[in-house]
Formats: sequence, C-alpha cells, structure tokens
Amino acid sequence: MSDKSQQRRDEIQASILRTNARRRLLDKVFTIGTIGAVLAAFIPLGSILFEVIKNGAAALSAEFLTQPQGSMIYGGGGIGPAIQGTIIVVAYASLIGIPVGILTGIYLAEYAGNNRFARTVRFFNNVMTGLPSIVIGIVGYIILVVPLGGFNVTAGAVALSIIMIPIVVGVTEETLKLVPNSLREAGHSLGIPKWKVTLFITLKSAKNGVLTGIVLAVSRIAGETAPLIMTILGTDLFFQGVSNPVDALPLRIWRLSSTPYDYAHLYGWGAALVLILLILAFSVGLRFVAIERSSRARARQ
Amino acid sequence: MFRWIVIGAACYTLLMIALVVYSVAQGSVPILSREGLNFFIGTDWNPVEGRESFGALPYIIGTLVTAGIAMAIAVPISIGIAAFISEIAPPRVGTPVSFVVELLAAIPSVVYGLWALFVFRLFMVNYIEAPIHNLLGQISIFARTPFGLDIFTAGVVLSIMIIPIITSITREIFKAIPNTQREAAYSLGATRFETVRRFLIPYGRAGILGASIIGLGRAVGETLLVTMVIGNAIGISAIPNSLFSPSQTLSSLVANEFNEAVTVTHTSALIALGATLFVLTMAINIGAQILVSRMVKVSPGARE
Repeated sequence: MSDKSQQRRDEIQASILRTNARRRLLDKVFTIGTIGAVLAAFIPLGSILFEVIKNGAAALSAEFLTQPQGSMIYGGGGIGPAIQGTIIVVAYASLIGIPVGILTGIYLAEYAGNNRFARTVRFFNNVMTGLPSIVIGIVGYIILVVPLGGFNVTAGAVALSIIMIPIVVGVTEETLKLVPNSLREAGHSLGIPKWKVTLFITLKSAKNGVLTGIVLAVSRIAGETAPLIMTILGTDLFFQGVSNPVDALPLRIWRLSSTPYDYAHLYGWGAALVLILLILAFSVGLRFVAIERSSRARARQ
Repeated sequence: MFRWIVIGAACYTLLMIALVVYSVAQGSVPILSREGLNFFIGTDWNPVEGRESFGALPYIIGTLVTAGIAMAIAVPISIGIAAFISEIAPPRVGTPVSFVVELLAAIPSVVYGLWALFVFRLFMVNYIEAPIHNLLGQISIFARTPFGLDIFTAGVVLSIMIIPIITSITREIFKAIPNTQREAAYSLGATRFETVRRFLIPYGRAGILGASIIGLGRAVGETLLVTMVIGNAIGISAIPNSLFSPSQTLSSLVANEFNEAVTVTHTSALIALGATLFVLTMAINIGAQILVSRMVKVSPGARE
C-alpha cells in the first residue's frame, strides 16, 4: 500500500519535472528566438553599411564631389550638382517647414488646450505622418509644377516641407508638454508677457527635444526620392534658380541604379555614401553646436 | 498678436492637408470620369494614345501582397526584438540594441533599394529562393523560376524597413505595462516566455496591433525601394501567381511612369493611383491612431 502511494508520488514528481523541463526548454527557445530576431535586424544593417562604405569609398575623390557627371562608360566627373541640389532643396524646405512646425507645436501645447480646432489639427497631423511621400509629390506637381509650367526647386521644397511639418509639430508639442509649469509661472509672475515666456523660457528649456525633432525631420526629407521625381525632376546641371529643375542625391542614386553600366553603379554607391555622410554630419553637427553653446553659456554663469 | 501667429501656423498645416485632398481628388477626375469603376477592377494598362486603357486592379493586388509579406515577417521579429530589449536583456545591452535598431530607420529608402538591387537580391536568389524552388517547386506559390526581382524580395526588404517602427512602438508599450503584471506572473512561477506570452502580449494587444498597422501603412506607401526590386510588371501579368512573380505596386507604377506621361489621361491615371493609395493609407492610419491612442489612454491610469 505504502509502496503504491510512494510509486504514485514518484510518478507525479516525474511528470512535474518533465513539464518543468519542457517549460524551461520553451523558455530557452524563446530567449534564443528573440536574440535571433535582433540578429535578423542587425545583419542587414551591417551589410548595408559595409557595402555602402566599401563600394562608395572607391568612388570618392575631389572631382567626384565637385564636378558634374562624366561618361558612364569611361568614368570621370562626379555628383557635384546632386550634392548642391540636395543641400539647396533641403535648406529651402526647412526654411518653410521648421518655423511652421515649431509654431504649430507651440499653439497645440501652450495656447490651444483641448479645444475642437486643436484636436482636429492634432489628429490630421498624426495621420499626415503616415502619408506616402509619393502622394505628397502629386500635391507639389498639381499646385506648383503645372501652374508654373515646369519642374522647379520651389515645388520640391514645398513638397518636402509637407513631409517635415508633422514630424516637427509632433516632437515640439511633446517636449513642450514636458516643461514643468513652475517655469512658466515664474515667468508670468515677473510680469513677462506670455509670448516672451513661451519663446524665451519654455521653448528654450525644451530646446534639445525640439532639435531632435528637427534632426529627425531633416534626415527624413534628405533621403526622400518619390516626391522629387514629380517636382524637381533632376538635371545634369548645377543650380539654375528656384524656378528651374535641380538635381538631388536620392534622385541621382535612383537613376544611376537603373543604368546598366559599371561606372553608373560606382557613382550610385558613392552618392549613397555621400548622402549618408551628409545626414550624419548634419545631425551630429547640430547637436554638437547646440550642446557646445549651452555648456559655454553655463560656464559663463 | 503672437497668439494669432501660432494659430496661423496651425491653420497652415490644416491648409496643407486640404491641399493634399484637393490635389489628388482634382487630379484624378479626368480618368475617373472616363473609366469610372472600371479603373479599379480593370487589368489592362496601356498608355499609348488611341489605345488607352487604365485598370488599377493588378497594382492594388501587388501593393496588398507585398505589404502582407512584409508584415508576416516584420511583426514577429519586431515583437521578438521588443521583448528582448525590455524583458530579457539587461539595460546595458538593451539600450545599445534599441539604438542600433533605430539606425535602420535612419537609412534612406533609396539606399535600401540600391543595396537590395545589387547585394541582397543575389543572396535571395542563391540561398533562399532557389533552394525553396528546387524543393517545393510543385506547389504553385513556389512554381516560378526565381530571378530575385519579385514580390518576395520586395516584401522581405520592406519588412527590414518597417521593423524599427513596429519595434520602437512595441517596446514603448511593453515599458508602459505596469510592473505588477510581471510580478504577478513571476510569483505564479511563470517563466519569462510564459510571462511575455500570457501576460504582457495580451495586456498590450491593442497597442501592438496599432504599431503593426502603422508599419503596414509605411509598407503600403513605400515607393523607391519597391520600384527597384519588384520587377515592374505591367497589366494582367502584374497580378502575382507565385511568390517569385514580378509585380508592381500603386506607388512603384507612379514612380516609374510619371516622368514619361505625356497625355492628360495618362497623368491623371497615375494621379488616381496615388489617390487610391491615399485612401488606403488614410484608412490604415486612422485605424492605427485609434488603437494606439486607446492604449496610451489606458496606460497612464494603469501605471498608478
């Protein structure tokens, strides 16, 4: 009798150990699976960076960075107009997009509260973040290319600004909301008007967050290609004024990649490397300048 | 005074949205009045003057299929990465991992396209598609001889592009889940796997679904990368009959043909493709907004 119950106890114990082993095994598999997922993201990233640096570095030279494109069969020349065009179009778009984005963010965070108009702006702003960029290209084409009679820089810049505004608005509103109210109250209690408090106290203390938003938005539009196909078209020439077509790095990469010459592909990789370096230089540079300033200001105090 | 400036800026952003709606609607009027409903169910695409015919069905299907493939790959991987960062790895590993994953989002899509066209495509053909085809070629979805420029390659590269978006939102949602949930699970003796599967994922379901839908919106709208690797088929042959079929999406067709369009009808047909894409992504994004905001509304209360 006692033998039997002993046997039963052993059986139960064994079955617990078995399920425990199974559960532990599942847990191991899960852990390995998540590490596998991380690798699944790391390997392509590594491969992209490796290929862009390896193939792109072979193209780099002073001539490559400054000259218009030479022959696709014999080589020579470079991507000068595309570099110049990207800088011009992105700067022009930022000139429109950054102020509008920051001011709208200020409105949503500091002035609107939760009224109906603000909710509408906020809602459509969020929806706009996910709008395909090719659709925004159509807008540029219809409102600025057709009326002006040709592909031009302004149309491209306006299209890109439509992409950047929602990003800047979203980040500005979020960071302004994180600024503690005591700061605003301190400003008001000194009798400073609200707009001055907003610009020089609230916005200033949210500066790093807003800068992050700007970096995000500029990096995003610097790589956009689809809207540029329908607005600035691309050309082999250097900048000819805002009412003419201009070249841009993403457009050039796209066109070169569909050309069946080895030199074209080499230029393409080189242009990709330059584009990534430009974006990187901008984001690191802006942060460096901003941090540099604020630490110098602190040192002065 | 300043008040009016900021209200003006807010109005400007609304005006831009109105312009988007107006442009795509106005631009697609000529073709829709010509083809009517046939535009959405037709399968012919011929821009040659005198023989014009514009049917968008193959590209709608191509868009949905590539996005579907991308989602099937990206969602499980993203949830895995998010779980690794927030539940498994110690912070000094998790933080750099999440930073590196975000780096994927910083690479311009045209660079993805370049890499996919010259590097990844060959990898796909030689090591993934050809073996699958040799092994399972009798099954119709693996039937075509792989060439690398097809919906499968496009879907896989798209999935790499949307992983950072889905991962970062899912990670935020895992973070927002109150620790009491985890403690309850562990105190019942659950393993980490069981905690994630039976407690955390169900708790954050709405938010994870919303994150996935945001990724879907991106996959549906992505243009350049798809244009470069999907093979750009036209007309009825753009309807994929196998994973290894070349196809075309709404946005890739617009990118391919826009600069060559000379007739008003052709341009209008391309704009109407954009309009279709616009309606599709609007529906997707509004759905995602509602799901994510519901989740975010829940979490602050739950944190207390």
